[in-house]
Amino acid sequence: MPWDRNQMAARAAEELEDGMYVNLGIGIPTLVANYVGDKDITLQSENGMLGMGPFPIDGEEDPDLINAGKQTITELPRTSYFDSATSFGMIRGGKIAAAILGAMEVAENGDLANWMIPGKLVKGMGGAMDLVAGVGKVVVVMDHQNKAGESKLLKECTLPLTGTGVVDRIITNLGVLDVVEGGLKIVECADGVTEEQIRDATEATIV
Amino acid sequence: MKKVYGSAAEALDGLLHDGMFIAAGGFGLCGIPELLLAAIRDAGTKDLTFASNNAGVDDFGIGILLQTKQVKKMISSYVGENKEFMRQYLSGELELEFNPQGTLAERMRAGGSGIPGFYTKTGVGTQIAEGKEHKDFPTGPDGANETYIMERGIVADLSIVKAWKADDTGNLVFRKTARNFNPPAAMCGKVCVAEVEEIVPRGSLDPDTIHLPGIYVHRVIQGEHEKRIEQRTVREKA
Repeated sequence: MPWDRNQMAARAAEELEDGMYVNLGIGIPTLVANYVGDKDITLQSENGMLGMGPFPIDGEEDPDLINAGKQTITELPRTSYFDSATSFGMIRGGKIAAAILGAMEVAENGDLANWMIPGKLVKGMGGAMDLVAGVGKVVVVMDHQNKAGESKLLKECTLPLTGTGVVDRIITNLGVLDVVEGGLKIVECADGVTEEQIRDATEATIV
Repeated sequence: MKKVYGSAAEALDGLLHDGMFIAAGGFGLCGIPELLLAAIRDAGTKDLTFASNNAGVDDFGIGILLQTKQVKKMISSYVGENKEFMRQYLSGELELEFNPQGTLAERMRAGGSGIPGFYTKTGVGTQIAEGKEHKDFPTGPDGANETYIMERGIVADLSIVKAWKADDTGNLVFRKTARNFNPPAAMCGKVCVAEVEEIVPRGSLDPDTIHLPGIYVHRVIQGEHEKRIEQRTVREKA
């Protein structure tokens, strides 16, 4: 059985180590926060916060306290606030250990496309280009194939890039792959999924 | 030195002209200068260029100036929440320059700090890098070269920002994540107007907790803010 969204998030949480400062993207990456367990992880929200807490209890929403997805959130005893230039200073300066984010396409050389579909989706890159260029480790969490059944792990990206050679690890519903010299390397299969199935579902070179 | 004004319209008097370049604080609808934006709409100033992370929603934030077609160009990192924006952009009525979010923030901070340009890895190898100067620096492992692109500092004709509190000398204190782009936006304007929830007498703010010194702030108004929430998300009581 391929992993579902929560299982992918749980697997992505295993990438995080005690003491890390981490930025989580929108979608499945947001769910990763539910699976960090006892690890001491500090979540960054790039609109200007370290130590992001859970959603507020109904009635306690604060319009001055949102995450980068513009959702109402809460603070924790460790929380600090800062402006956007400082926030991206810590991202660009390599202080954030890891970013876990979604993607439309990943290429076998680590190129990432996740911000634009020409003529269709013109929303903007937000902080994604800064994050992938600046953080220590970039982990992509996404479905292995698109709705048409085509591989999202490609020899070359077809969509406008977010960054070149930036992805370190890809966690899909089928398994875990690393970007290595010459292509992608399967490091783990989802329960009941075979390496053969992953190869069949992947356009990128598997080494 | 009189910095406190009676209303947003009074505070903007003499500062607005068609075709001007305005830097605005805020992230989404959080910490946006909503009163000053409404006053710019009422003033009818046209052909505006805005440096602002987002473009508001259809009926709030910069969105209200898109409805009245007062905006010529946006410099933003994310504009996904605004249908009128999409319509004007796709029909060619509105110019759009996408900047990565951190690049936009740093362009403002740099412009306000006398730094005309800086090098960043953000966007190297993407369409953001097209036409920009590329330069290698030995910043990689064992001194290996890495490629950077040059981004320019922003200096705006006017900055409009929102803070929580000000004193009458323009010292500002922000609240939680409503700080966001407001300090860098304030820094990069030749003139900066701030709207706040409360103006307090000088001496009432702890000098150690002032987030933006009044040297960056030329005019201040106090007003009532709607502070709209864009995505209300809650959890069950445990």
